[in-house]
Amino acid sequence: MHDLTLAEMCHGLARREFSSSELTRHLLARCAATNPVYNAFITLDDAGALTQAAAADARLAAGDAPLLCGVPIAHKDIFCTRGLRTSCGSRMLDNFVAPYDATVVERLAAAGVVSLGKTNMDEFAMGSSNETSYYGPVKNPWALDCVPGGSSGGSAAAVAARLVPGATATDTGGSIRQPAALCGVTGLKPTYGRVSRWGMIAFASSLDQAGPMARSAEDVALLLQAMAGFDERDSTCLDRPVPDYRAALDQPLDGLRIGVPAEYFGAGLNPGTEQAVREALSELERQGARLVDIRLPHSDLAVPAYYVIAPAEASANLSRFDGVRYGHRCDNPKDLRDLFMRSRAEGFGAEVQRRILIGTYCLSAGYYDAYYNKAQQVRALIRQDFLDAFAQVDLILGPTCPNPAFAFGAKGGDPVAMYLEDIYTIAANLAGLPALSMPCGLVDGKPVGVQIIGNYFDEARMLNAAHRFQQATDWHRRAPPEVAA
Amino acid sequence: MSGTISGWEIVIGLEVHLQLATRSKLFSGAATAFGAEPNTQACAIDLALPGTLPVLNRAAVEMAIRFGLAVDAEISPVSVFERKNYFYPDLPKGYQTTQLARPIVGPGHLDIELADGSAKRVRIHHAHLEEDAGKSLHEDFHGLSGIDLNRAGTPLIEIVTEPDLANAEEAVAFARKLHGIVTALGISDGDLSQGSMRFDVNISVRRPGAPLGTRTETKNLNSFRFMERAIHKEVARQIDVLESGGRIVQETRLYDGDSDTARAMRSKEEANDYRYFPCPDLLPLHVDTAWIERLRATQPELPDARRARFAADYGLSDYDAGQLAGDTATAHYFEAAAQAAGDAKLAAKWVMGEIAARLNSADLDIARCPVTPAQLGGLLRRIGDRTISNAIARQVFDALWNGAADADTVIEQQGLRQVSDSGAIAALVDQVIAANPRQVADYRAAPEAKQPKMFGFFVGQVMKASGGKADPRQVNELLAERLARPD
Repeated sequence: MHDLTLAEMCHGLARREFSSSELTRHLLARCAATNPVYNAFITLDDAGALTQAAAADARLAAGDAPLLCGVPIAHKDIFCTRGLRTSCGSRMLDNFVAPYDATVVERLAAAGVVSLGKTNMDEFAMGSSNETSYYGPVKNPWALDCVPGGSSGGSAAAVAARLVPGATATDTGGSIRQPAALCGVTGLKPTYGRVSRWGMIAFASSLDQAGPMARSAEDVALLLQAMAGFDERDSTCLDRPVPDYRAALDQPLDGLRIGVPAEYFGAGLNPGTEQAVREALSELERQGARLVDIRLPHSDLAVPAYYVIAPAEASANLSRFDGVRYGHRCDNPKDLRDLFMRSRAEGFGAEVQRRILIGTYCLSAGYYDAYYNKAQQVRALIRQDFLDAFAQVDLILGPTCPNPAFAFGAKGGDPVAMYLEDIYTIAANLAGLPALSMPCGLVDGKPVGVQIIGNYFDEARMLNAAHRFQQATDWHRRAPPEVAA
Repeated sequence: MSGTISGWEIVIGLEVHLQLATRSKLFSGAATAFGAEPNTQACAIDLALPGTLPVLNRAAVEMAIRFGLAVDAEISPVSVFERKNYFYPDLPKGYQTTQLARPIVGPGHLDIELADGSAKRVRIHHAHLEEDAGKSLHEDFHGLSGIDLNRAGTPLIEIVTEPDLANAEEAVAFARKLHGIVTALGISDGDLSQGSMRFDVNISVRRPGAPLGTRTETKNLNSFRFMERAIHKEVARQIDVLESGGRIVQETRLYDGDSDTARAMRSKEEANDYRYFPCPDLLPLHVDTAWIERLRATQPELPDARRARFAADYGLSDYDAGQLAGDTATAHYFEAAAQAAGDAKLAAKWVMGEIAARLNSADLDIARCPVTPAQLGGLLRRIGDRTISNAIARQVFDALWNGAADADTVIEQQGLRQVSDSGAIAALVDQVIAANPRQVADYRAAPEAKQPKMFGFFVGQVMKASGGKADPRQVNELLAERLARPD
């Protein structure tokens, strides 16, 4: 049962081939059995999941079931869930239980999903390897000595290991796409403002965007359909109609103009990854797409600009974690200053502290113009690069990451080497553009991903191209050897 | 007025924090009412729980625009909210959402009236929207501090003047004028005692013609009286320091009104680096011309216009009109009382006289006046139709102040109706004349020039005999007639 895609599960549930309770019990058992290995979940909610499954079965029996009724999924532990701990991968929130659901959680629940629990992640979504989680790293199901990517590593690993057919995730600087690529699943970061950020713990508010991960573009389309749409509780959420993503999946690709940016195929790109991505381009060309060489000249500035803007916003966003109202509080503070300083020093891990320090520095008097303002100017240039490109092409394709999954500890001593793993993904966050990653090959037995960047609100076209590619190939069906065995 | 004190020129600028009278907070739906149990008016957003986001309150924006229009300011088509970062236990997010580089209200001005009757224009640098913090409570927690977040997120506008004020009196005149305007606009309840309007005063002194001196900022003054005293005190301190060869340190000061003392709170060197940057959770605020014009068309009457109308419509002197029109609650009270009384001038006299004196000695705002305008009007009607005299009216007013329902009931129950039966008064006059033969003889023998003074004695005696209820005019007439006629 666990090998079914999300769409297939919907089908089976609707035709009563199996019940949501059966499916939920089966997947919960797999989660429990494998969590000591993968560590994909921070919290498993057996009781809650079974209650939701029973309710779903009742609705299925009554014949008034919504689209995703009874399908088990998992939420990244950055989304607030009423009554169930939301840790954000941090000791700071190890004891935090929100009195509300994130909009994403609420909408998916309304669509009928059953939530099995909360997936592991880099602390406050700051990381590209899942090594910064307070709850320990997630293992890549394809190679247990390798990272799953981050920050949504738990969601990616859970989908790859067939623990859930889909999961929610967030992407501030590649945090959906990079783990999707490294774990061989399909993940979409929507246009900034497409999905509400209400109830999603903020890392960098102007970059954060929630999106789905699943095995196929079709499954991603199903989840996005439920997640997307206006929410008055998020002032940055855009009030635009949500198209029917599944309806567009099968469109032929004739005449589709695909931009291939030279900057995404330069030095530092693993030759195996490059070959896999070029083969994906050829497949799309075979289906009628036209490849166009384009330039994104400011690409090399994306990582430096990101590592000013994201930490700057984070430094303020994380100020609320002060030990006063909730979250970690140090023992026996001797005064107010001690309460603030020690609670934060104990509650935050090293990478979070590093980014708070960087962000605080960038916003400080005398440095603001040189760092924050300059980075905003770069951000405008990067956005303009994409606007120029989309004047000529419909989609932009390239690798998601320079390399397949790397070993634990491989980048531990060098944060900048780690940051460069996000060199192709970050620009889409800075520009607010939608981007997805899907598997397109194996290098040394580990998955690599191709990234599709679309124009604003053009998710349907991106999913169409991805789906057509997946109809002609089977990379997205491959399971990690241990899982398949 | 803008003269010098012992050769020193005073330069004052104000920052006024005005709490807006919205029903809900600037970025959340929680209520803003004052006085609720601690932390009962703070929602997840006000508590800065993770994952919560701000949504701007449209009513607060409209109030800020209304203020801008009232001071002839430019309303910014685009304004930006920024985060002001600092740690404090009653600041839940660790930053205050405020405006800095692009405030909603641009430069404007307000004209104040000086003591000599001349007008002075005070420039307003800008006004911006921001949220208030919560409150730290340091009592009753056994050495710990309590936090009340009811006020956290309450909308404020901060109004910043240019340093155009030359002394405490001008500063107070400005503050009172501002109070009149914002209460007329209905954007503030104007209740200083509850912190609805708080003043920070920037003060420096210099020799005339010299460059600006180093300034200090005295923060959080919450009454006109305290502001006036705090300015006098700080000016005197600065002059003292300078004349004894010292220098002024740029610092923030606190004034304690109860003990009339001030102390330094922190110097510039200890000031925070607030690391302002645009709040990424809020898009820039766009205000289009149509919106501004819609508000302009529905601006309420402001004190200056009200003053002109009071003078024209009620025939009040310019001074009286100004006294009654300046403060919105007073103006509303006066107009309601005038209507109920059917005599605006009499109502004006009472509101500025008896009512003002009583409120002052009881330290009450007119909004809390125990005598309603309708009750006062009912009383004044009885003066007008000569049911009671002025002296009796004060007695009836006392009863109303102490909870009596209305003037007519008091008059009936206490039998205060004026005696205007000329037979009854004539009998009293006869009685007084009979009882005071020596005074009557003296009066009649006195030269005419001395008689009026002596006449008063008889009036007093008759009024006393009537228990104050005799119509004084009739008493006068009958007495004059009786005394002129020999027995």
